Amino acid sequence: MTTAAIDREWRRYTPRQRLARFALYFGLVLACVVSLRTVQVIPEFLYDAPEQMADLFKRMWPIAWSFYPSGVHDALIETLHIATLGTLLAIVMALPLGLLAANNIAPNAAVNYFAKLLLVSSRSVNSLVWALLFVAIFGPGALAGTMAIAFRSIGFVGKLFGEALEEARPGPIEALRAAGAPWPSIYLKGYWPQVEPAFWAIALFRWDISVRESAVLGLVGAGGIGMAINAAMDLFQWERVALMLVAIFGVVIVAEVVVTFIRKRIL
Amino acid sequence: MSSAARPPAFLPNWPARLAWLALAAYALYAASILDITWDRFVLGLENGVRFVGRMLPPDTAADKMALMMRGLYETLEIAVLSSALGILLSLPIGLLAARNLMPAWVTWPMRLLIALCRSFHQVIIAILFVKAVGFGALAGILALTVASIGFIAKLFAEAIEEISLKQVEAIRATGAPFMNVISYGVMPQVLARFIGFATYQFDSNLRNSTMVGIVGAGGIGGTMFAAFQKFDYDYLLTILLAIIAMIMVSEALQNRIKKLYQ
Repeated sequence: MTTAAIDREWRRYTPRQRLARFALYFGLVLACVVSLRTVQVIPEFLYDAPEQMADLFKRMWPIAWSFYPSGVHDALIETLHIATLGTLLAIVMALPLGLLAANNIAPNAAVNYFAKLLLVSSRSVNSLVWALLFVAIFGPGALAGTMAIAFRSIGFVGKLFGEALEEARPGPIEALRAAGAPWPSIYLKGYWPQVEPAFWAIALFRWDISVRESAVLGLVGAGGIGMAINAAMDLFQWERVALMLVAIFGVVIVAEVVVTFIRKRIL
Repeated sequence: MSSAARPPAFLPNWPARLAWLALAAYALYAASILDITWDRFVLGLENGVRFVGRMLPPDTAADKMALMMRGLYETLEIAVLSSALGILLSLPIGLLAARNLMPAWVTWPMRLLIALCRSFHQVIIAILFVKAVGFGALAGILALTVASIGFIAKLFAEAIEEISLKQVEAIRATGAPFMNVISYGVMPQVLARFIGFATYQFDSNLRNSTMVGIVGAGGIGGTMFAAFQKFDYDYLLTILLAIIAMIMVSEALQNRIKKLYQ
């Protein structure tokens, strides 16, 4: 009876796996269909969207270049300072958390878990929400924006830094320990050289994101160019808004070029 | 004493030390420019205690909970629809932007489009769409769709540029038409990564769809910003907790789904 083995139907997945996948696809399609049917779209607004868009661009033109020195430049510089200082602050606060979250440095599951919980909660709150909270605490202005960038970045930097630490090879550390090195030397000469490239890559990556995010923090009053955009929009000065959008675009491009340049130089 | 003559194992790295010093000096300078002082910080901490006091206990009045659930539901709708639209549009755009499959006159406009989608924050794009299509969920959906294209299409194009061309050539050698080359030569090599980008983007869209409401583009963000402006801080806390819970549930679900595909 050899044909039974030949005739057997081969399948890649177990019935349970197939069922789970089917449920997933079904759920995805269902979610899309239900959302599409219940989402509230006002069709009257949609009909004149092209006209509205044309109107918007017509109001944005000509771009108010002459407004740059008096109204945009300082706000733009402030945005850059908020992003940079916030990222630096985040790095300072994220280093200890990253150390505590790495299970080869803090071999205590409870400590790891607690550090990771702090990092997750920092990441699950959007930077605009952090900005709202800090505006309520510190009042409107750059301080709130800096703190918002810092608190949003802690989770990002801490998580990636902790993961980089966990990947450090134990060999050099054991060698230093065997030579009787005190703990600061073990960290500085054992761990630091191994994670330094990852550290700079993380810091630069985060700074790049922070520059983009700090441009909108002003919409909730946390300083920077966002506040200028908000003011111009409230006054329907779209040609000024256009100028600020161009300015943000320029800064984002420059930030990307700077990051690429530094990365090539030091990594 | 041969050890005395040996150079020290760890030479001082002066450029690095100077760079650290410069960074510290910059931090002090930036803090002074931004008017960040210790006094303001301490004053803020006092304010913070009062703020937290006004947040507690979270407001769970029935009418406000109903309003919040409506907002959360709309946020979910925005996230689902913008992800679906973004993924669907990213497939062709990413394919057209891959330089190893397409001629330069096709890839350049596509790469420019992707760069344009990426360069602005979602909230700024949302502002423009609120002007174009009015207040409401549609503006949020369109804004996050644009952001999704900027992310997925870029990474998808990069993934395609890394594929092995041998399989593509093999399919082409059988005389297969273009679409079959794509579906049998290219897609099997990049589909797993594409699904990875798509799930990541859904997660990111869910987080951002809670925010676009601040500029009037629908979802829970509008309710949240209104609560903030009315100093309704206990209700604000309820909304924040609900958002965090929603994101954590979504992350847990995604982990389950990832296990399904391993």
